[in-house]
Amino acid sequence: MTNDHAPETVAPAAEQNAPIITYRQALNETLRAEMIRDPDVFLMGEEIGVFEGSYKITAGLLAEFGPKRVVDTPIAEEGFTGAAIGAAMLGMRPVVEIMTINFSLKAVDQIVNHAAKIHSMFGGQASVPMVIRTPGGGGQQLAATHSQNLEVWYAHIPGLKVVAPSTPADAKALLLAAIRDDDPVIFLENLGLYNTKGPVPAGDEAAEIGKAAVVKPGTDLTVVSYSHGTVIALEVAHKLEEEGVSVEVVDLRSLRPLDRDTICESVRKTSRAVVFEEDWLSYGIGAEIAATIGEGAFDYLDAAVRRVAAAEVPLPYSKPLERAALPDAAALSKVIREILDATRFAR
Amino acid sequence: MAEIVMPRLSDTMEEGVLSRWLKKVGDQVHKGDVLAEIETDKATMDLESFEEGVLERLLVEAGSTVSIGTAVALVGDGSGADEPAARDDSSAPDLSSPPSVQLAQPLPAQAQTSALKPPAAPVPTAQDGRFRASPLARKVARDNGIDLATVTGTGPEGRVVRADITDAIAAARDAHAAAHPESAAHPEFPGQTRAHPTSSVGGAAPAPTPHTTEGDERIPLNNIRRITAARLTESQAVPHFSLTMVVDAEKLLAFRSQVNATLAAAGGATTGEATTGGAKISVNDLLMRAAALTIRAHPHVNSSWAGDSIVRHGRINVGFAVAIEDGLMVPVVTDADRKTLSEISTETRALAARARAGKLKPDEFSGGTFTISNLGMFGIDEFTAVINPPEAAILAVGAASPQPTLRDGQLINVPTMKITLTVDHRVLDGATAAAFLRDLTHVLEEPLRIVV
Repeated sequence: MTNDHAPETVAPAAEQNAPIITYRQALNETLRAEMIRDPDVFLMGEEIGVFEGSYKITAGLLAEFGPKRVVDTPIAEEGFTGAAIGAAMLGMRPVVEIMTINFSLKAVDQIVNHAAKIHSMFGGQASVPMVIRTPGGGGQQLAATHSQNLEVWYAHIPGLKVVAPSTPADAKALLLAAIRDDDPVIFLENLGLYNTKGPVPAGDEAAEIGKAAVVKPGTDLTVVSYSHGTVIALEVAHKLEEEGVSVEVVDLRSLRPLDRDTICESVRKTSRAVVFEEDWLSYGIGAEIAATIGEGAFDYLDAAVRRVAAAEVPLPYSKPLERAALPDAAALSKVIREILDATRFAR
Repeated sequence: MAEIVMPRLSDTMEEGVLSRWLKKVGDQVHKGDVLAEIETDKATMDLESFEEGVLERLLVEAGSTVSIGTAVALVGDGSGADEPAARDDSSAPDLSSPPSVQLAQPLPAQAQTSALKPPAAPVPTAQDGRFRASPLARKVARDNGIDLATVTGTGPEGRVVRADITDAIAAARDAHAAAHPESAAHPEFPGQTRAHPTSSVGGAAPAPTPHTTEGDERIPLNNIRRITAARLTESQAVPHFSLTMVVDAEKLLAFRSQVNATLAAAGGATTGEATTGGAKISVNDLLMRAAALTIRAHPHVNSSWAGDSIVRHGRINVGFAVAIEDGLMVPVVTDADRKTLSEISTETRALAARARAGKLKPDEFSGGTFTISNLGMFGIDEFTAVINPPEAAILAVGAASPQPTLRDGQLINVPTMKITLTVDHRVLDGATAAAFLRDLTHVLEEPLRIVV
């Protein structure tokens, strides 16, 4: 769960010839391609130009596109987010980088009260076609205020779209979709994913926002996850496969809109479900998924839906304590085994 | 629009045959109206509407077998749509009329509201009223006609999970395949003339295929025939023996005439109609009470075989076999030892009439602890009856007919009656059964003891 931990996703046959690149590269190349394709696309954020971004997602772009399209901003999240909203209302397609999701709290009023609502409150006369890219997540020893998963804050708000790609291919496909979408999209990156590698197909095929992916088919139990959690879920699923347990992994990809159909369809097949999330348990994404399953697949459940989430504490700085607070493969495996035992699953 | 669902008409019912629709699409339906007839294992019962409105759609054809809880019809406001029909001018409320007039008609909105009510969930409950089962286990049980109450849960805190149900299904299949004698005993439902919810009937010993030629008619089994056949087949697995005694019926018949004469004199004007419905006490009624009183002194006879134990019943519920068109019913008079002759008489006639009409309710043919089968009215002198499992004994009664009998050295003509007790030897032994039969004979020969 550190930056050097870079498991490679298993590529479908059709993507065997796609170049293997990192999640970071996929984002960088996609931004570049979109800026070439559409002159209305421009970037704003702290240290994204001269410094090429805190996480180097915007490397090389200032040199290529100049300071009018790669705008270094002051440390003033509310101000530059508001400026981007104004630009978007007038037809531009800003892609804002908020250095970490923790700082987006400074811009919550702009995001929640303005970006999300303008289209509705002005009777559809204006749209806000902007993207807010922002990394989050723990595991980097950045302590409590820099290690949060605040996605549920935004996923709760009608008017926003919230996506969270887990692979380099999805990072590209969802970023294309987000930039081309006429509504504000919160684009969640995860610090633990930047160095992960995977095949990324050429071309510019955008993903459908609101569509989950069954990233590993299975028959015995469904694990629903997203972003970095999907990587861990897949690792566990492949390991359990060797023990004769067929785990299906559903990667949400989009937290709003939420693809309830794909989730329920999977659970109707497997009858057992675990939600794996790196945010806190209470009122989290997992609660939403569990309720969705209860409403859509109740008669198919052989056990209660279980959630595996972070300890409900401000994330500690100390490495061992941080590790203990974050959910990992061992925690997920344990809960999966408990459900299998409770339902007399014969291995 | 509200759904009418197949109701649970008995504790163990899992499905029913909707034998006949009594309403048709477009009919106005009120609460309590009989919509259809439901054939359960042995009884035909009425399906009443809990809804007001217009019968908009029939979802199953007459003759279909339907799981409980499944929708069979839709009742709505008559518009045929989920949304209440837009009012046209003619049906617009007359604002000048008082509101109570409006309320007399069921409003479409009410039908809408009731449609939101979930159908009554046919979920069995454990004895403490709580029942742990996963939703999937409940669904699989429902789909396969497994009674959750009979399944032991192996999940957390005894929760029934799907694996428990699939085991139960496999076990039921195995049990029937082996035609295991213990499957005849169901201590939970002693004497209940009813098959197991699963296909026990089809699982009975394979029948030899009869040779058929042109002109032969193949008659499909209805529920009652099928279950009668299955029950009797189960009964053959019971190790049994029969004892016969000859009863001097002279005093019994005289007593009956006397009682009926008294009732006729007292009745008619006031109580007769009410107590006996204007009919007479039958020999069968006398036998029912005589047997019930004798059982009280012989509690061993009032037992059921339960596989690994014997259930000694506290109440004396006497069933009597009634031939009906397509099979055999055994309605039960509960607490027959505590009822008067006229109570028994009234009850047996009502039960027999309902049995012949196929209208017995499940609680009227379940819970028996002893059975009497009387073929005297057909002139049969003597026969052995087949045990009604899991009951321990059945009494077969022949006709009372004049027989030359030696009394005080004189050969005279005495009306006699042969009674035969067939006994489950696992529960009762020869001497116990013989003592019961001897005492029953004494009661019948001193009939005053039947009423005192």
